[in-house]
Order: sequence, then structure tokens, then C-alpha cells
Amino acid sequence: MSSAAIEFQHIHKTYVAPYKHWWERLQKKPRSGLVALQDINLRIEYGEFFGLLGPNGAGKTSLISILAGLSYATSGQAWVCGHNVVTDFRLSRRSLGVVPQELVYDPFFTVRETLRIQSGYFGLRQNDDWIDEVLHNLGLTEKANANMRALSGGMKRRVLVAQALVHRPPVIVLDEPTAGVDVDLRRSLWAFISRLNKEGHTILLTTHYLEEAEALCGRIAMVREGRVVALDSTEALLARVGGAGLEEAFVQIMRDDRNAQGAA
Amino acid sequence: MTPQQANPQVRSGFYTLLYKELLRFWRVGFQTIAAPVITALLYLIVFAQVLQDRVQVYGEIPYTTFLIPGLMMMSMLQNAFANPSSSLIQSRVTGNLVFVLLTPISNREFFSAYVLAAVVRGLAVGAVVWVVALLFFPLPVVAPVWVILFAVLASAIMGILGLIAGLWSEKFDQLAAFQNFLIMPATFLSGVFYSIHILPPFWQGVSHWNPIFYTIDGFRYGFFGVSDSSPWLSLAVVSFVFVVLTVVAMRLLDSGYKMRL
Repeated sequence: MSSAAIEFQHIHKTYVAPYKHWWERLQKKPRSGLVALQDINLRIEYGEFFGLLGPNGAGKTSLISILAGLSYATSGQAWVCGHNVVTDFRLSRRSLGVVPQELVYDPFFTVRETLRIQSGYFGLRQNDDWIDEVLHNLGLTEKANANMRALSGGMKRRVLVAQALVHRPPVIVLDEPTAGVDVDLRRSLWAFISRLNKEGHTILLTTHYLEEAEALCGRIAMVREGRVVALDSTEALLARVGGAGLEEAFVQIMRDDRNAQGAA
Repeated sequence: MTPQQANPQVRSGFYTLLYKELLRFWRVGFQTIAAPVITALLYLIVFAQVLQDRVQVYGEIPYTTFLIPGLMMMSMLQNAFANPSSSLIQSRVTGNLVFVLLTPISNREFFSAYVLAAVVRGLAVGAVVWVVALLFFPLPVVAPVWVILFAVLASAIMGILGLIAGLWSEKFDQLAAFQNFLIMPATFLSGVFYSIHILPPFWQGVSHWNPIFYTIDGFRYGFFGVSDSSPWLSLAVVSFVFVVLTVVAMRLLDSGYKMRL
């Protein structure tokens, strides 16, 4: 049991290559795999705006997938609002809203139908008031009855955010939500997310735009090759490089870790 | 939002998933219901014309009358398979299955929603084939309970197979292979168009190893009160296959097979 909004304990994840032939299943030889996460321990408190940064392939999405139940950890445990993501998955998933990185949608439905269906998956049948509020805050009111196929990329991204919020989750995970998004949407999205954070929602953000993380996040974890290589408040990380900016801190921390790994 | 609000009362998302799966085929009803009905009627017209006076089955029963339940069942089987398999492969290829996987819907609810939607589509197609065929050919029903029982169980079996195929296939051509090399031969060689008693002994024996044969045979018993095998044997085989496939599908879902990596 965890008392934090999000907690990871000793998370390891290895992606094992699938069998190429059926007879390989009968062989007992150990199978090689890609190690994505190595002993991740993180604790994110209620109300935090937390940044998870790292280069491509560092393990950020793997970690989020384990939290959301999209993937199972090879070992270790994770909790959302004190609910174990495997043994107590119903409550952990009700407590979590995830904005996936990929721009995915169901072409059969309109924006409003998409949000109603998503509400229904969470057991909420009379949710139109909240759906209207989310649509309004994300600038989607005019597109409510448009088919998902007819929306631009930016609009589809907004719907992804709306889908993550339909069940009013106390914890929101945003996996690179502003990738390929114009300035207007980026600003309105951050204004809305900041408001949700001020209202008490816990936010976990991954992004490659370090200026966004610097402006929004109170604490930041940096991961590289499946390990947490830095975990501190944003101010403390900036202080490490004499206030030269988060990008400088990021580059320095990654370089130091690469050198340390090379020397080991 | 306060931490206390993280513990709201949990209700099931099963109904919405079922509704979405029903809506998905209803929206394209022309393709999912009307098209298979036209196909079945074409078979009926062509085979009735060619074979009406040449094939003798079950004594006095005209061949066309004999054929209708077979065509109904074939349409039900193929459409019950198509519903979850096409839905899952589309959702997996486009990536929107994530919206279901992120929710509190359990594997059992996921399984039930997809299979029940498959049963509804199977029954809908079967019922429409029946109604349209009735406009041209009379068809008695001796034991409606057997008709309904085999229609539901057969559609459920194919729904589960469709679910398994949808999980296993990573590309549309793999699903097509599953359909063309397994489902189609199994349905065509199961007695849709003939009584297996007119086959040579060897092929009669082979037919008895095809579980689809028992779905059609039991279904036909409900219409005519006559069948190639005992309806109780058919029920036992079909129920056994249903249980085995349920166990296999649930184990795949519980292991996260190709869905929760």
C-alpha cells in the first residue's frame, strides 16, 4: 500500500523477443530480451506537477505503460492513489487519466460519442455536463458533432486529452502531449492542465520540450537507459548548472551518466 | 480534486463496450447484415434451381427446405466470427484499443462484450435470412428451443474464435488466412449443403471430427426433428467446444497476449 499519488518500487522491465517458430516454446533455453527499465523507484505526491524527462528509448513510455496497465512489469510494483496497478487494477485505472503519445482515434464515432463511450467504459452514464465543460475548456465545443476522421491533427490531440479527463481522474499522465502541436493549442492546453493541477490533480508529464518542463514542473526525474539518473526539484536541477536552463542541466546530467557508465 | 475522490464507486464498463460493439456493426448494417443475407439468398436460389429434384435428404423434406437452416447457420457462423475479429484487428492496427485497455474493464467483461456482440450479429443475420427465405419457401419449426440453443451456442463459439483470431493476427492478411484456411473449409464441409449420409464412409467419419458439423446438425434438428446425429450428442460436442475455447481465450486475455506487452 502506498500513500503517494504515484509510486514505483523496484520496477524492472525486459521485453522478450516473440517466438519465431512454435517449437521454440518447447525449448528451455533462456531467451534474450531488451532491458527497458532497471530498478525504478519513484514516489510522486498528491498535487505535484512532475516531469519525467529522458532521451528517446530511455524508458519513459514503458514506465507509463506499466502504471496504466498497458504493460506488465517483469518485477516490482506500482500504485496509483494507493491502488496496486495489477491486483487492484479497477481502482488504479479509475484514478488515472492517460493521454497517449500516439495520435489514435476511432473513426466510427463523433467527438461527443467518443467521449460518451469513454465515460461509459468507466461506468459513468450521465456525464454530459462534465463532457461539455471539458469540450469547452479544450476549444472543442464546435467540433462536438464532427466525426473523428474529419478533425485536424491538433483537434484529434485535444480529443485525446478530453478522453483522458472524462472520468475526472485525480492523477493525469501526459505522454508528450505537445508533440507536433501548434502554439495556440500548446498554450491553451497548458493553461487548462495548470488549472487542473491547481485544483488538486497530480500531473505526470513526459516531454522533449524542456522549456515546458522548466516552466511547469515542480520536480523532475531524468531517466537514461532505463534508470533514474537524476531526481530533484526543478530549482535544484537548475542550480546545478548555475541557472543556465533545464536544457543545459539535462545535457550535462546525460553526459555525466554516459561517462560514468563508460568508466564502469 | 482531493485524494479521497480517487475512490469512487466502481460500476461496470461492460455495457458500454457491448453497446459500442453493437453500434459498430449497426452503423454499417448494409455491409454487415444486408450483404451476407444477399449472399445466402444467392446460394439458395442457385442451389434450389440446380439440385431441387436431384438430391434426396431426410425422406420427404424438399432440398430447398433442407438447405435454408444450413444457409442460416453458415451466415451466422461467418458473421459471428467476423464481428470481433474485424473489430479487434482494426482497433489493434489503428491503436485505438488503448482506450479500452486503459479502463477498469476486466478481461471477463471484455470477453463477454465481444462474444455477446458476435452472438447478436450472428442471430440478426440468421433471422433476416430466415424471414427473407420465408417469403419464397415455407419452413416448419418442430423444436424452437433447439433452434435457439444451437444458434446462440454456434454464434458464441465463432465469436470466441473471432476474438482469438483478432488477438493472434497482427495484420489483415493473417486474419484473412485464418478465415480462408480454417473457418471457410470448416463451415463448407460441415453439411451446409448436404446431409453427411450421402457422403462416402471415410468423409462421413471426417465430418464427425468437425465441430461445426454438430452446430448445423443440431440446428437442423430444431427445424425438422430429424438429423444426422443425435441432438444431445451435438449439444454435448458444441458445449464442450464452447468451454474449451472460452478457457483458451480467457488464458490469452489474462496473460496479456499481444495486448498488454
